[in-house]
Amino acid sequence: METTVVAEETTAQDVAPTEDVEEDLLVEDVSIDGMCGVY
Amino acid sequence: MTTASATPSVLDRAWDVSPRVSIRPESFGALLYHFGTRRLSFLKDRRLLEVVQHLATSATAREACVAAGLAADELATYALALTKLADTDMLQERS
Amino acid sequence: MTTTVPLVEHFALGLDAPICLTWELTYACNLACSHCLSSSGRRDPRELTTDEAKAVIDELQRMQVFYVNIGGGEPTVRSDFWELLDYATAHDVGVKFSTNGIKIDVEAARRIAANSYVDVQISIDGATADVNDAVRGAGSYDTAVRALRHLSDVGVSAKLSVVCTRYNIPQLDQFKEIADRYGAQLRLTRLRPSGRGADVWDELHPTQAQQRELYDWLVLHGEGVLTGDSFFHLAAYGESLPGLNLCGAGRVVCLIDPVGDVYACPFAIHEQFLAGNVRSEGGFARVWRKSDLFLELREPQSGGTCRSCNQYDACRGGCMAAKFFTGLPLDGPDPECVKGYGEMGLSKVVAGAAPKPSLDHSHKGGVRGGPVPVTIGRRPDRACDEDPLAGLAAATAR
Repeated sequence: METTVVAEETTAQDVAPTEDVEEDLLVEDVSIDGMCGVY
Repeated sequence: MTTASATPSVLDRAWDVSPRVSIRPESFGALLYHFGTRRLSFLKDRRLLEVVQHLATSATAREACVAAGLAADELATYALALTKLADTDMLQERS
Repeated sequence: MTTTVPLVEHFALGLDAPICLTWELTYACNLACSHCLSSSGRRDPRELTTDEAKAVIDELQRMQVFYVNIGGGEPTVRSDFWELLDYATAHDVGVKFSTNGIKIDVEAARRIAANSYVDVQISIDGATADVNDAVRGAGSYDTAVRALRHLSDVGVSAKLSVVCTRYNIPQLDQFKEIADRYGAQLRLTRLRPSGRGADVWDELHPTQAQQRELYDWLVLHGEGVLTGDSFFHLAAYGESLPGLNLCGAGRVVCLIDPVGDVYACPFAIHEQFLAGNVRSEGGFARVWRKSDLFLELREPQSGGTCRSCNQYDACRGGCMAAKFFTGLPLDGPDPECVKGYGEMGLSKVVAGAAPKPSLDHSHKGGVRGGPVPVTIGRRPDRACDEDPLAGLAAATAR
């Protein structure tokens, strides 16, 4: 299994899991900055 | 690491939610926010939330999974989810 | 195997509390940026008091809002700014505050360094003073850089936030250099025709070619560059950029303005997107959970005329605020639709018909050091040259 990349503080820009890695379906990471409608 | 060896390793260890993590239950599962890393994780499954909530009082992750009512053939999926949470410091190992 | 609904679907239908939100603390500002989304400048006498602001923070804590983006105007000109900052972080609410840097002296930098629940974002709109000050006013570039230096000196990694315009898109690499130089994280965001932005949008918004350039740059060099998910409309070019890639207004985010009004989003300060006020019974929580506007926004969106476009699933019809303030229908294309449908729509908008916000806190008369207008009307060197600075001698970097 590929080790999940540990992102740096606040640089987490995790892309949604690729289709063939079904096991990642249960957890999705997004940066707190990754929401439209904030400064 | 191969899938076969990674999965049991997570399940047979003891875990706690990191003290800097805030858990917010949602209808679809939960939001987890780490105040240190500023990282946001979405748990997209209510039972995964239950597993996470059972970790503190379970000797192993496997025990927490059983407490959350998971079947044996589901453990691999949840183990990988727990691994991801551990890799992103949402969970920390209990010694 | 567990099947899960795409997250986008859950968020599109709303949550019991925002995940994060923007809170404009004051309309007062020392600057008069030409594109200010909140038309700030003069303080509104009805501003929330310190106690009212603390009551809002208490609510955010109860609702488990993880993170609040404090802005304005210039939030640090409120005399209770640091008090409110400390109150929020002491009550489980993480804070990022956005500032032009005017009050970020060494002492302020140290104060920020000492609070691990605080992030700071410095606004800059040009990698060189001439490009920046044309929009933000004489001296504003120096103020921003000075703030960056103080923060860097005490080991704080700030965010350097840029609104992308026709004039600064050629400077993306330079912005990255500045961010790297001060140990800061670069943030590139979209210009919306909101507030005073409506007045300068025609002149400042990126050309189609520049949007493509920006998109390509983000795909190639944008690892670690934040965007506030403000370019989800560019997903129609190909792969989507990191982020939720949807309009969060009233669904996962919203705005609380200086007088306690709750809007769907800071780029939509207009009655049409006003959900309620935190001073009314039930406070912020009631507005978020029960207001007609937010419940309506959380209904499944049909996509309108965009539904038949094969890119709709990627761009979701673009930005509601951008459509609204350019006079386009909300159920149609974004004004900057990458397929050009927005431009077609704009050509049908009657001059002067676009909605204007009823609130305007802009400074009347001149502001000392107000924006230096870019020399427009200068013919480009070549007919196809889109860079307005083409042919000018390179400005001396300060």
